[in-house]
Parts: sequence; C-alpha cells; structure tokens
Amino acid sequence: MTVTSLGIPRRLLEFTIDGEAVRAPEGSTILDACRAAGKDIPTLCQGDTLRPKNACRVCVVEVEGSRTLVPACSRRAEPGMEVRTDTERARHSRKIVLELLASSVDLSTTPQVAEWIKEYEAKPDRFGPDAARLNEEPKVDNDLYVRDYDKCILCYKCVDACGDQWQNTFAISVAGRGFDARIAVEHDAPLTDSACVYCGNCIEVCPTGALSFKSEFDMRTAGTWDETRQSQTTTVCAYCGVGCNLTLHVQDNEIVKVTSPHDNPVTHGNLCIKGRFGYQHVQNRD
Amino acid sequence: MDLHFGDSKPTDDERAAVDALLGPPESSWEGADRSDADLRWARGGREARDRREMLLPGLHAVNDRIGWISDGALDYLCRRLTVPPAEAYGVATFYAMFSVRPRPATVLHLCTDLACAAAGASELCAGVEARLGPGFSVQRSPCLGLCERAPAALAVRAGDPVRTAVSAPATVEAAVLAASAPDSAPEEPPAAMAVPQAGDPGLMLLGRVGVVDPASLDDYRAHGGYAALRRAFELGPAGVIREVTDSGLVGRGGAAFPTGRKWQATASQPDHPHYLVCNADESEPGTFKDRVLMEGDPYALVEAMTVAAYAVGAHRGYLYLRGEYPRALRRLEHAVAQARARGFLGDDVLGQGYAFDIEIRRGAGAYICGEETALFNSIEGYRGEPRAKPPFPVEKGLFGRPTVENNVETLVNVLPILTKGAPAYAAIGTGRSTGPKLFCVSGSVERPGIYELPFGATLGEVLALAGVRENLRAVLLGGAAGGFVRPDELDIPLTFEGTREAGTTLGSGVVMAFDDTVPLPRLLLRIAEFFRDESCGQCVPCRVGTVRQEEALHRIERRTGAAAADDIALLREVGRAMRDASICGLGQTAWNAVESAIDRLGAYE
Repeated sequence: MTVTSLGIPRRLLEFTIDGEAVRAPEGSTILDACRAAGKDIPTLCQGDTLRPKNACRVCVVEVEGSRTLVPACSRRAEPGMEVRTDTERARHSRKIVLELLASSVDLSTTPQVAEWIKEYEAKPDRFGPDAARLNEEPKVDNDLYVRDYDKCILCYKCVDACGDQWQNTFAISVAGRGFDARIAVEHDAPLTDSACVYCGNCIEVCPTGALSFKSEFDMRTAGTWDETRQSQTTTVCAYCGVGCNLTLHVQDNEIVKVTSPHDNPVTHGNLCIKGRFGYQHVQNRD
Repeated sequence: MDLHFGDSKPTDDERAAVDALLGPPESSWEGADRSDADLRWARGGREARDRREMLLPGLHAVNDRIGWISDGALDYLCRRLTVPPAEAYGVATFYAMFSVRPRPATVLHLCTDLACAAAGASELCAGVEARLGPGFSVQRSPCLGLCERAPAALAVRAGDPVRTAVSAPATVEAAVLAASAPDSAPEEPPAAMAVPQAGDPGLMLLGRVGVVDPASLDDYRAHGGYAALRRAFELGPAGVIREVTDSGLVGRGGAAFPTGRKWQATASQPDHPHYLVCNADESEPGTFKDRVLMEGDPYALVEAMTVAAYAVGAHRGYLYLRGEYPRALRRLEHAVAQARARGFLGDDVLGQGYAFDIEIRRGAGAYICGEETALFNSIEGYRGEPRAKPPFPVEKGLFGRPTVENNVETLVNVLPILTKGAPAYAAIGTGRSTGPKLFCVSGSVERPGIYELPFGATLGEVLALAGVRENLRAVLLGGAAGGFVRPDELDIPLTFEGTREAGTTLGSGVVMAFDDTVPLPRLLLRIAEFFRDESCGQCVPCRVGTVRQEEALHRIERRTGAAAADDIALLREVGRAMRDASICGLGQTAWNAVESAIDRLGAYE
C-alpha cells in the first residue's frame, strides 16, 4: 500500500491562465497550475524532487504588470494574477534560450529538446560556425559514472541534489563564472579525490545526460545503446531494510542502469551506492 | 556536516594568515593537531556552520598574504569554518581578484574600460607588459573607478601586510614603479582633486570633501557632523522614516526606488533581527562618486548608516566595499574604529540606549555583487549569484532576514534631509526627482570629476561645467548598463523622469563624453566584453547571450550598412530575450548601450 501524505488543506487561489479562469492550491507555482490545466510549458532545470532554481529560463511566461517575463517553475501563483503562456514575447525568449543552449552545449541526449527546437522554430546554427561552445571532454575517472560536461546546461540540479536538498555530501559546486562556469569538485580534482560517495543521485536528476552510468556511456560510445530494446522493472533493493525502490533498466538481459521512482514517498528517487551501482552480482555468470 | 578533506596541508604562512583572522583553532575539528580529548567529542551543528560568513574575509586573508589560494590553504579555511571544500572552491573561483593557481605576489590591474580605453589604456598595457618581468602578473581590469584620472593602474603586492599603490593618470613609468615598489610610489592626490567644485559652500553632499580632514572625527563634528543623528534621536524611528519619505528621496544606485518606502517596509516586518546593508560595491563603468564620498568624507557614511539602521530597527550594518578601493577601505576602517572608540557606534550610541555597529566587507572583483541579492550571497559566503525575487530583501534579505540595502550616495542624502528638514530638501530639484545629485563626468572633458547639481540641470549644463571638448560624438549616460545620447540632445534634463521621457536612463549618474577620435564599434565591443566577463553564469540568456552579443559585435566591428544588417537583427533578437528573460538587472541591461548606439547614434550605418 502506498501512503500518500495529504498535508493540511490548502486554500484555492483563483487567477487566469491565457484568459481562462483556473483554481490552484495556495503555494502552487504557475507551472503547477499550467500543468494541471493541461498546458505544456518546456522546462529543463526544473526538477520534480528539487526546489526550483529557475536558471534555464525556458519556462518563462508573461504576467500582467510584470516588467520582465516570469519563470513559471518558481513564481508562486497569486490571486487575480493574469498569466499568458503563449504570447509572442514569451515564445521569443524560449526560442532564443533554446538557440543559445543548442549552439553552445551538446543536447543530443536531452529528452524532448529536439521537439521544442522544432516547435519554436529555433535555429541554433545562425550564430555561425565560430560561435563559442563549451568544448569539454568527457571526464572518465572512475568505474561507475561519467561526467560529460560538454552536455551540461548548468541547471544546478546535481549540485542541489548533492547538497542540502538531498544527499548532504556537498561534493560538487559551480566553479568559475559566466560562460566559463563549470560543475566541479574541490580544486577541480578527479572525482576519486573528492567527497563524492557515488550515490548517483546527481545522475538521477541530470536533465541532459551529462551525467551517466559508465555502462550507458560505454554503450553509447560503442553504438549499442538502444532504449527501444530496454525493459524497465521496478523492484525493491535487497541490501538493507529501508526498502528503496529500484528500477532496473535491462537491455539484452543485462542491467545497463538503475534509476528510482521519483514519486516514492520515502526516497523520492534517491539511492545509495549499493542500490545504484551494486547490481553486478545479479548478472555474474562466471 | 561530514566533510571530506584531501591530503593538502597549508603552509605556515597560510595557516598564520587564516589564524590572524579567526584566532587559533580550538581543536582538531578545526584543523589543530589531534589530542586525545578530540576523540571523545565532535564539533558540528548550526554553531559550527554559522561562521560561513567569514569565508570571503578568509579568502581575502590568504590571498592578501600569499597572493593566491592553494588547495591546502582552502582546505584549512574550510576546516576552520565547516564549509564544504567544493563550495569554497566555487566561491574562490567566482571572484576576479582571487586566484587558485600560483601567480606572482604582485598583481598590477590595468583598467581597460571605457574612460581609460579612450585615454590610451591599450598603449599603457603594451608598455607595461614589455617592461615588467616574470615576477609580476599584469591583469586587464574592468573599470577601477578612477575615471577622472584615466588611465588607471592598481598594484597589489601580497604580504604581511598587503601593499597597494594606485597610479592615475598612469604612465608606463609610474605604473611600473607602483608595481615594483608600491611603498615608495607617490601618494595618491587627495579625494578633493576629483571634486572641481570643492569648497563651494552650497554643496550639500560634497561640502566636506576637501574641507575636513577625513581622518578626524573632531573635524567632522566641527563641520556639522552628527547633527543629523541627534535630530534622528529626537524624531524617533518613525519620524525619521516620515522625513525621508516626505523628502522624496529615491535610490541613487540606479534603480531609483523610493527610500522611505523601502525603510517603512523593512521597519514594519515582524521578523527579527533586521539588517542594514550599504552597497558600496561601486562597479558600474564610469562611476566613482561613492569612492570620492568615502575617501573624502568617511564619517558622513558612518553617521548616515547609523541613522538608517536606527530608523529600520537594525543593530548590525554591513558595508560592502568593492575590493578595488584600497584607500576608501583604509579611511572607512579608521572612521568606524574612531566612531566605535568614541561612542558613536557600539552598545550605546550617543548614550541613547541604541546599539549599532558596522562591519566592513570587502568585495573581490565581481560587478554582479552590486546587485542587491547577489551582494547578500557574497556576504554570507556563497557565490555572488542573484536570488530570485520575490521574496524581496525588505522581507527576506541578508541571512534571510528583513534587510534595507542602500547605495552610499542615497544614505549620505539622508543627512541633509534631517538637518534641513524634508520640505527644504524636497524643494530642491524637480517635483519628482528631489534633492541634489552627483554626476560622474569623465571622458572628453577638461575638468573630469564629481559634480553636485540639483536635479533638473540639463546634460548640456553638466558638460559645460566640466568643460566639454570640441568634436563631441556621443555621451554615455548611466554607464555600461545605460545608454548613449547624441550631441544634439544636450537639453535632456538629468532627472529620473526627464531621462525616461527621452528614452534613456540616468542610472548611477555617469556622464561620459566621447569625441570622434574613439571608434564607436570599439567602445561597444568593450561594453560587450565587460558584460561577458561579469555575467555570473547562472541564467542562460545572460550567460550565453552576452557571449553571442560580443561575437556579433566582433564580426561587424569594421562593417556598416547591409553588411552589418544581419548581425544587428541577431543582436536585437538576443538582446530582447536577455532583457525579458534574465534573472537580474545585469542581463536585463546588457544590451541597452549597444541598442542605443545603433538606434540613436546610427552606429554601423
């Protein structure tokens, strides 16, 4: 039986989205209300298990009376607010944000972004062949996971998951400034010299595939990664008594990566090194 | 907090630098040698973590003594303060004045920003680099706030104590001397040199600059000092806020928010403690008014901060001073210490039973820290990245508490409001822009400096006072985040409403004149480089947009007309998204100056 916390009853706020009256519980963000009303707004840095960072700015909407556009992911709904999600102004900023990201970052493994680029008619090539890119090489310094910061959009989700929002390990931070800012451990050292405990909770929240299982990275490099041939099985971790859910991703009868359901009321998608990476004994056939 | 440390150890010097700031470590949990007793207890919890605000001063301590911050020094500082090393590394690499790689003990910062570029900064850089050997690090720097004496150089030699020398206007010889022998470099001219009107009895804000001894509290009192604070105690906090509200004072840092409203909103917050923060991180290119005020009349700021804190119910004030202002730092440290010793700060200010003290925090080279919430993060020991608003600082500011943050010039205006009374103050200027205003005039003028004029003076009047030279091509108002106007627009009244009606901005009061010897595309490129360098990197429109803006301006540096049209269209599209979708004012204004140059000056036509 899954116990869902109902919390204390919350007042309903009335406001409008694209001219239609909506009601949302007090404390909801504009994004919550939009999704409840069936409106799709693209998001990248927003995480279902993390506090909104509103760094990517792809979810911006227009709010009557606001000088600038407003990030839907973090702005809380207020009574009487007039929100417009699909104006030319909001669409323009989303298009430019997609162009800026796609022209500087490798988004090849970012889910949905190709559809958005098409939908918003973004043309990342128009900044010319000399447009600065991140130009990072994948960091392969341990057997468990790979950090390919050429794919990093600097959404801060891994930093937040590693820090006080979940893991409290504080192994990573944003270092440097501006376009040169990168995710790094202390002294920009290899992961093996850092505070990392290899829980992989950063991989769980990474929206672009910049952080991935070594197994996935190797298979993608070899060209054998094929999600259409993968099945997902959710089970219970057998290591200790907490009872975390594991979702095993299996391709050709091999576990290729492990995730955890974000809606689990206890662990919210977080695991430890054993649950995340300790599956080799299951498929040790020698 | 379970922290992980590597094997790097601090050198004796590094350890001494940190211990001089924080005192010796109390146990092995803080980095002392381990004793048997240490094995029987653990240090942690909120008390251990609450010292994080000492991270930035700690990084300064190491950088000042050694010249750079090694792995061992950073780890030791983290142990002392219970800060995760990864986060401290993120903070140390955020600031331009710190280095986490070895570098020479002497760093010479050469300003290459607008006024200095127009005064020959690139030749200066080339000359200095040819003369200085490998024992020196030469850094091209954003505006050093010495625009009235362009081109400017600032030498910083690490050691105990750290030595600094300013050379402005700098020649190759003078800059080399400042770097190689900072102790024997000639003393800077007095602050009053930057005030061509100095001594004019009608001055309200600059009246004491050049008249009083900036080191003497008695001299300050003999010239009307501390009359405003006495008046404030007579009026009571609510009375002070009423006076400031009635005076019509609005913020002078650039945003022009009504000061009385801000104070009232903070004073009425039930959450305590309240904080006062003085934003002296004056980094807008072309702005140097706060430096001149702090160097020439430091006690005025101390008194004004005390008045503001009294009004909003704060007992602790932070003065966040930009790291490139060594003389202002010395003067203010001295002034605060004197005021404290004489009972003008401390547990019982003027015997009125009101407690207030000021802590000075030094920035470390980051324009973004002038943004109010980024400044809070910087003080708290985090990366100086702006926060999302709402919540606004009056509700959740420094350390998450209700906070008033005011610019130096704004605060100093409070003194004449109290001594002359709100009606007399409000009678100065125009209906909607009241009081006197400081203008930072530089560039192609005979007498660059700070000018104090009542609101309502026109651009032409300000330029005439400063002796504008022939062949005026353009005037930049408000700094890099401001906008250009044409030489035929000199009748624009320099008020908040007047500049707004003219489609430009007053910003922080920058009036920078350019003649036709400076190629406009070169200036725009410098502005774009500035924003690219200073973007914190948090949001995409600003982080990547400022890079794309600079690339496009590079492409069209020598193009005009149809050959530039595509890139100008691109600039407009990117600029619009930066203005609409960036988190803070930096990204939102990063395209202003370029847009105004294209639309008003006809650049690239």
